[in-house]
Amino acid sequence: MSERVFKPVAKKQKQEVSEVPEEVQTSPNQEIVDDIDSILDQIDEVLETNADEFVKSYVQKGGQ
Amino acid sequence: MAIAKVCGIETEYGIHVTGLDLDPVTASSLIVSAYKDSNWGTTNFDLSSENPSSDARGVNLDDYLDPTIDSKMLNTVLGNGARYYVDHAHPEYSSPECRTIRDAVLYDVAGEHIVRESMNKANGRLPDGVDISLFKNNSDGKCNSYGCHENYLVSREIPFSQLAAMITSHFVSRQIFCGAGKVGRESPTGSTDPRGYQISQRSDFFEEVIGLETTMKRPIVNTRDEPHCDALKYRRLHVIAGDANMSQYATFLKLGTTALILSMIEDGCFPENLFIAHPVHAIKQISLDPSLSTTVLLADGRRINALGIQQMLCEKASEYISSHESIGLTHQEAQSIIDEWSSTLGALQRNPDLLQTKIDWIAKRRLVNGFQSRHNLDSGDPKLKAIDLMYHAIDEHKCLANKMSLLKLVSLEDSHAATHIPPKDTRAYFRGLVVEKWPDHIVNANWDSIVFDADNGPLRKVEMNEPLRGTQELVGPIIEQCASVSELLARLGSNSDSTGTV
Repeated sequence: MSERVFKPVAKKQKQEVSEVPEEVQTSPNQEIVDDIDSILDQIDEVLETNADEFVKSYVQKGGQ
Repeated sequence: MAIAKVCGIETEYGIHVTGLDLDPVTASSLIVSAYKDSNWGTTNFDLSSENPSSDARGVNLDDYLDPTIDSKMLNTVLGNGARYYVDHAHPEYSSPECRTIRDAVLYDVAGEHIVRESMNKANGRLPDGVDISLFKNNSDGKCNSYGCHENYLVSREIPFSQLAAMITSHFVSRQIFCGAGKVGRESPTGSTDPRGYQISQRSDFFEEVIGLETTMKRPIVNTRDEPHCDALKYRRLHVIAGDANMSQYATFLKLGTTALILSMIEDGCFPENLFIAHPVHAIKQISLDPSLSTTVLLADGRRINALGIQQMLCEKASEYISSHESIGLTHQEAQSIIDEWSSTLGALQRNPDLLQTKIDWIAKRRLVNGFQSRHNLDSGDPKLKAIDLMYHAIDEHKCLANKMSLLKLVSLEDSHAATHIPPKDTRAYFRGLVVEKWPDHIVNANWDSIVFDADNGPLRKVEMNEPLRGTQELVGPIIEQCASVSELLARLGSNSDSTGTV
């Protein structure tokens, strides 16, 4: 494999598929699930207080 | 022989106003004009008498909007060579022409910084309780779509019908790695279904295989023939069949694979018999099946899934770059594209969730599915659509894509620098530098020409018909050495009173 033209600038954990151990490539990765749980914890804080109203009012004039 | 794949991305950003019933054209004008004070290089908008700041409900925006702004004409060229303007009721950023895929990613990210800065500045001028938010997405979930278009320089020698027939197979199937994901379904004719999850933002909106339209009856292959350069030698393939990506990695793959396939077509190396029988049906079928198992009918009667099509293209591209010297990109970058393409297809086959930090539709699906399970929500619950929309928020604190630790291919330092420094190796360099150095002496700037007012005679138009001229190597020292526009025009060797060429 040749040298990459780009290099990930801030290498995050588990981001390279090639670095994921073979055994977790075919089964759910517990670490990924844990990560998602911590992110889901933050979604309530990020979502608009009235998600229904936000979704309803997000109307765009058409574009290209 | 394949020609240099000069490329770039134009993005229409979604815009949402709270606290005031403001029309989107005026809101978009507030966004673009807010960038003016500290960053604007040059403008060509009309200073006439329209007054977009008067609101019938008694809010006077005159205090917040520069009174000289004419919304319809708000249109500028930035110091990085990009165009930033109001188009179809959205703020739109068109990146400068880039010579490498990595640069095209860089200048796309620079565009995010520019619209974010605009948004923050505009909101800082607005009264308390009024807020404008921007989104890098392509659909409102209510049958309205807005584009993220790619542009690639291709040779005029290839008959367009041939190019269109071949590239269609890629445009239909590449969404499995460059789709941005969408909660629900919609149709251009007005029906919606909030349930379910699909791979692409845009696939619902395609109604034709090929055509000129971009705002209705959208075609998979757009025939707009507007090269913005030497029309005898070049085409600019204007691609409307793609999603705006939050993932830099997905942007890299989207552009890189497409550029390589276009070079293969120019060199007669596109795989034989890889033509989809019903592309409009197929692009929707593939989008609607995140399991990736759906097969589509090929013109020769075989059935194949999108992964199969992409694997064939990737293998052929790998053979192509090892057997050709001139491939439109550097071999180093081409090999990098092939490596990532191949590894992504392998992961899609084994376990797509492994790509949650690389591929948008997979990252977003983790959030949507996770949130739905945790709160036991029905498919179609508006909160799931809210997650879909907030994934694309330009506000860094609200942006859900940011929470997914998406792989970064360019550093923050580089992408911030790219908001005001043009690429060095295309004509964008000339445009960006003169706009930055002599903004008061430029009457108008376009992709392929700049009109100068040197204060000492007629206006002088400098044409830029070659995308790979006007580079730092060719004009950098001249621009640096010249103290005035008159000197610059003399040094460029204008061959008549009115025109010159870079």
